[in-house]
Amino acid sequence: MSILIAVITLAIIAGLFGLLLGYAAIKFRVEGDPVVDKIDALLPQTQCGQCSYPGCRPYAEAIASGEANINQCPPGGETTMLALSDLLGVEPVPLDEEHDREPVKTVVYIDEQTCIGCTLCIQACPVDAILGAAKQMHTIIEDECTGCDLCIPPCPVDCIHVKPVSVDQNTWRWPLPENQHTAPQA
Amino acid sequence: MTVKHRTHHLWHFHGGLKLEGHKAMSTAEPVVKAILPKRLVVPLQQHIGDIASPVVNVGDKVLKGQIIAENNSYVSAPVHAPSSGTVTDIDNFPTPHPSGISSLCMVIETDGEDRWAEREALTDPRQLSPVELRQKVRRAGIVGLGGATFPTSVKLNPGPDSAIETLIINGVECEPYISCDDMLMREQAKALILGCELIQYMVSAHHCLIAIEDNKPEAIHQVRQEIEARSLHNIEVVVVPTVYPSGGEKQLIKILTHKEVPSDGLPSDIGILVQNVGTAVAVHNAIYLGEPLISRYVTITGEGVQQPRNLEVLIGTQMSELIEQSGGYHENAAKLIMGGPMMGFTLSTDHLPITKGCNCLLVENTPEQTPETMPCIRCGACATVCPAQLLPQQLYWHASSKNFEQVQDYHLFDCIECGCCSYVCPSQIPLVQYYRFAKTEIWNQERERIKSDHARVRHDFRQARLDREKKEREEKLRKKKEMLEKKKQAEAKAAAEGKSDAVDPKKAAIEAAMKRVQEKKAAQQKPPSDSAEKPSGDSE
Repeated sequence: MSILIAVITLAIIAGLFGLLLGYAAIKFRVEGDPVVDKIDALLPQTQCGQCSYPGCRPYAEAIASGEANINQCPPGGETTMLALSDLLGVEPVPLDEEHDREPVKTVVYIDEQTCIGCTLCIQACPVDAILGAAKQMHTIIEDECTGCDLCIPPCPVDCIHVKPVSVDQNTWRWPLPENQHTAPQA
Repeated sequence: MTVKHRTHHLWHFHGGLKLEGHKAMSTAEPVVKAILPKRLVVPLQQHIGDIASPVVNVGDKVLKGQIIAENNSYVSAPVHAPSSGTVTDIDNFPTPHPSGISSLCMVIETDGEDRWAEREALTDPRQLSPVELRQKVRRAGIVGLGGATFPTSVKLNPGPDSAIETLIINGVECEPYISCDDMLMREQAKALILGCELIQYMVSAHHCLIAIEDNKPEAIHQVRQEIEARSLHNIEVVVVPTVYPSGGEKQLIKILTHKEVPSDGLPSDIGILVQNVGTAVAVHNAIYLGEPLISRYVTITGEGVQQPRNLEVLIGTQMSELIEQSGGYHENAAKLIMGGPMMGFTLSTDHLPITKGCNCLLVENTPEQTPETMPCIRCGACATVCPAQLLPQQLYWHASSKNFEQVQDYHLFDCIECGCCSYVCPSQIPLVQYYRFAKTEIWNQERERIKSDHARVRHDFRQARLDREKKEREEKLRKKKEMLEKKKQAEAKAAAEGKSDAVDPKKAAIEAAMKRVQEKKAAQQKPPSDSAEKPSGDSE
């Protein structure tokens, strides 16, 4: 008899918890994949596609699914790779040798004398940073440009050029002192 | 007359250093006005906040004290013509900044007349409300003259939530060699006291403490005399011991009130406002004389200069001219520093303009040696002297290995860059440089983050727009297809119902279209007709 009581009690408890869990699963359902959002937040959002994915979010999804490695983002450089390794708890992976450790931030500008107004660059720009219309001169909104260089290949007259982002007194950074032979490794 | 001065109870801040003052060498002579330069190069960014944009053009004649650049944003300060003359250029010129990067300046060829623009002097400022006075302070381009150059009008408006009880006027001037505040207090004690009263009125502070280090007896005497002469009871001179860096805002608050400013807070959070003595005098000049901030006291000193002294200098004067007026360089002059030996930075040239924040030009005679940096031996001397009670070793460790998160966990941003840690370091590690490096890197990361967030929004928006356009196209296509389908069905239906007598829907459509065309033509009052028009559009 007592064994029956025990079994029934446990069954009831199990049933209750089952209901509770089921309710929680519906009530607190997480839309989308939060890991993807977190990864996406660390990526530089140049949308340049140099990682071989069409934009930062697809790359973030690929990392989350384990399909892509964390060292495929040249604009982010080492900083982004380290941040990703920190977030995901994986070992840091050295960047491909061809990429600089500290990427130089660049933007593009249009040689307005040469531009023929073909709108091909406008269609290529992932962040709508190019202003212009058909057969009208185009220009880059420098503040919006992410330096992805995606507009350069489509240009039929090669009028888009790369320049480094100009540094002023407010964006200048102190250099790391040179006498680094004592630099400790944390 | 001997008066017993109330002794104010003082506290100590953590750490600090006793440094050789070297101040006497530049205080022997009274302050004189520097010779009016032929050419003034006035930087348009001399303050923290948004750069002022020019409001006069090249070729314009300007009068002394006329606004030449301003910006409507809240945290900004207008710039005034320091003397009368003609604007000859607006372009990027080198300005005193550790980066050596040029910034936008206005060049004024002076006409030698030094003619003032109209000045609005007030005899009884208390008839105006604090808000109106604050507006005047803003229009006068006053910024914190202790070196931080934060717009004073912003500081004078702490907001409704933080009532200011104590106004502290900082005449500590703790850094060696610098003596411009000392001279200012000696020579302009009256203006200082009037300025203090004005600031007190503007923020409705109950009492005002003027803190002066005990190595400036003459300044203390002058200011006390002025207070006694006016028999003021709520302004008090507090003599503080000479310890570096007592002049730091947070350190001074600790000394005088035993209160500590919260790590990420402001003095106004604990009911305190700190202003430099120079700022108080500038407020006086702006309100009582109607004169904007166009000049300041500058100390030209050091073993590398012939006659160390203080000069009253127009903003935009070239440093080389001031050195010349101080007897020129000593033959062993080796290094020009803007600011003091602890917190100043080395300049690579003296062809730079004086700015509002430039309190001292120090010419050292020791050649710039890069000290042989040795490994950190964890002696802890830096932590002992740190006035912000930080752990400089840990900060150094994390900054040098670019662990920017940890370095913030150790409160990097509470570091005031006073240089005490570097000064005592037996291994000669340039610690402050590491902190500056880490700070600017972190700010840069923050900027990048904001920029990438912005890019993400724009990218998402573009993506959404493209999707929408695609959907709209598909929708159109689908609708067209549906129509076609319907038509076909109707046709089939009609064909099935009555075979011969039923009107061919195609024909009916053509007829209807022709009818419409005729109606239209009639409406247009018989234009040249062409009835053979093909109504093809509807039949498809």
